[in-house]
Amino acid sequence: MNQASPVNEKASRSFSALGKLFRTTTFKLTLVYLTVFALFAVALLGYFALNTRRLITEQITDTVNAEITGLSEQYRLGGIRRLVLTVDARARRPGSSLYLVTTFNGDTLAGNVTALPSGVLESNGWIETPYRRLDETEAATQPNHIALVRVFQLPGGFRILVGRDLEERERLYDIVLAAGRWSVALVIVLGLGGGLFVTRRVLRRVDAMTETSRSIMAGDLGERLPVDGTGDELDRLAENLNIMLERIEALMHGLKEVSDNIAHDLKTPLTRLRNRTEEALRTAKSEGEYRAALEGTIEESDGLIRTFNALLMIARAESGQARDDMVEFDAADVARDVGELYEPLADEKGIALKVDADVPAMLKGNRDLVSQAVANLVDNAIKYCVSPDRSADAPPLEIVVRAANEGDRVLLTVADNGPGIPEADRARALERFVRLEQSRSLPGSGLGLSLAAAVARLHGGELTLADNAPGLKSVIALPRAGPLQMAG
Amino acid sequence: MPSYDISYTQRGLGRSAEAQPDRVTMRLLIIEDDRDAADYLVKAFREVGHVADAATDGEDGLAMALDGEYDVLIVDRMLPKRDGLAVIGELRKKRIETPALILSALGQVDDRVKGLRAGGDDYLPKPYSFSELLARVEVLSRRRGGRNEETELRVGDLHLDRLSHLVRRGEEEITLQPREFRLLEYLMKHAGQVVTRTMLLENVWDYHFDPQTNVIDVHISRLRSKIDKGFAQPLLHTVRGAGYMIRDGAR
Repeated sequence: MNQASPVNEKASRSFSALGKLFRTTTFKLTLVYLTVFALFAVALLGYFALNTRRLITEQITDTVNAEITGLSEQYRLGGIRRLVLTVDARARRPGSSLYLVTTFNGDTLAGNVTALPSGVLESNGWIETPYRRLDETEAATQPNHIALVRVFQLPGGFRILVGRDLEERERLYDIVLAAGRWSVALVIVLGLGGGLFVTRRVLRRVDAMTETSRSIMAGDLGERLPVDGTGDELDRLAENLNIMLERIEALMHGLKEVSDNIAHDLKTPLTRLRNRTEEALRTAKSEGEYRAALEGTIEESDGLIRTFNALLMIARAESGQARDDMVEFDAADVARDVGELYEPLADEKGIALKVDADVPAMLKGNRDLVSQAVANLVDNAIKYCVSPDRSADAPPLEIVVRAANEGDRVLLTVADNGPGIPEADRARALERFVRLEQSRSLPGSGLGLSLAAAVARLHGGELTLADNAPGLKSVIALPRAGPLQMAG
Repeated sequence: MPSYDISYTQRGLGRSAEAQPDRVTMRLLIIEDDRDAADYLVKAFREVGHVADAATDGEDGLAMALDGEYDVLIVDRMLPKRDGLAVIGELRKKRIETPALILSALGQVDDRVKGLRAGGDDYLPKPYSFSELLARVEVLSRRRGGRNEETELRVGDLHLDRLSHLVRRGEEEITLQPREFRLLEYLMKHAGQVVTRTMLLENVWDYHFDPQTNVIDVHISRLRSKIDKGFAQPLLHTVRGAGYMIRDGAR
């Protein structure tokens, strides 16, 4: 896709490394969480600050109200003189509230507050105002303090002002604000750091996977994705991909084997075909000889086609393509039908073919393929159970085709009492194109058992060869359809 | 064993006039993109007395099939311009029911099912022998004759009652196994036509695979021993290189 030269590509790749980091899902997720947490912290602290402020204000107004009530009581009891004395006494206490008593025209009678802006004393009720304490020098009080005060009109034209400094409230407010700033900064720093750490970790593993898959794509099917054993989602992904790779490798291996075998086993008859035709061209004199050669050619090519078809069928079964047309059917029917198809042929060779399939044995699969697999086994049994060195007093030859249920499996068995296959040769007999020495002279492609085995595997079962004592017992074991199968 | 020799090489030479099956001239359309294969088929069909045209892509083939009066279409599965199944589908949509045989290099069971579902009447995987193709095409062209409806089939003095399942040769009643009955029924339904082993396996046994040994031959020889043994005139003939044919040889 990218037409850039390799050098440019490399440069731009390292340049975009950071960009790659920012583009990852993990990093984006981190950013989202970061924003959410920061907003949460701000909201929490904001709520805290507002409430604290409200509480402190409430406390101040309560105190001021109580003092005003107390002072007006003093005034009522002892007139202005007593009020002035009380205020003087209170104003001198350390940490006291702010007091001011004035005449109706504004002259100060008592108190510890000065430098109020004009108009404050004329107002009535609550007001926030700058002020200065009497015991402070003017220079030290720049800027002015702020206080929350209440002015109260006494009967007789006197006014009292009571208030409290708001510094405490503002300081607390500042502390909360600072805490807010710090915590948001901390959240962002830690979140970004953590996010980058996690992202880089994930990115490293994904990069490792990408690297491996590149080398697999380049042709090294033996490579596997790294699994670090933590069992996390990346591990599970890697494990599954590895299983997939294993399957692909097996398929590729099978394909290679097939093509090798095709090359080997189709070339032989092709060569024979060619030689025969060539020889006819060179030596045939009469039309009859030509005809015989041509007929031989057709016969040979028919055999080739048959081998080719069998190979395709095996490849198809092994690749799992035939899974599309799976239906439920009775294996007992298959056993009966195949038995019926081969009975005359067996009879002609002096073999008694019996079918033992009285109980329904339900399967889910490709009926045609399973029939063909059983047919191949019967075909083999008929071909190989007549051995030339059979003694005259041996028991009569017999082939039994059986369909039976066994647990959650259905067994399709073809058993004969012929010479059988020695145990050492049985595994080899299942391989493609293998024709054991004693059978070389008989017709056939050597693919019958391979096809039966491939069909069994396609249906999730297996083909086994066993001793029938005497003879050979070929068993196709397939998972049974229906409720019993659910357990397995 | 009586043996009619009508393998196509001989038919081409026109040497076995007396062994020809009952043959009516058919008009065939071959839609096949491989020109060599198409030419070979046209020539081969002409040699056995049929009229054959060829088209090399789906569009031409469809146009010709719509225009001409053909008895059977032979359609390759994979064609340029328009896929073989699409051609058949289009014809069926236009209510043109000319029997169609699909030729395909794919040749798998599900592929065959797909072909028949698309409106094809028969399916033959490549590579095929001409005798197999000829036998199937002749059966397809005859299918329109409506022999399926007859309740009694008759070849010479052989009678088969499809309702009562009774088989009679002359005055003698013949007892057949169910499968033998179906085998004979199929052969008699196509009396005078060559029926191949694959056709028998497909239509009588419903198997679509190739048994390694020719089991069909043994079934035929059993059937032959029941219907021909002891009679002067054999009815069930082996057609060398092709298959079997039931036919009243007395005519």
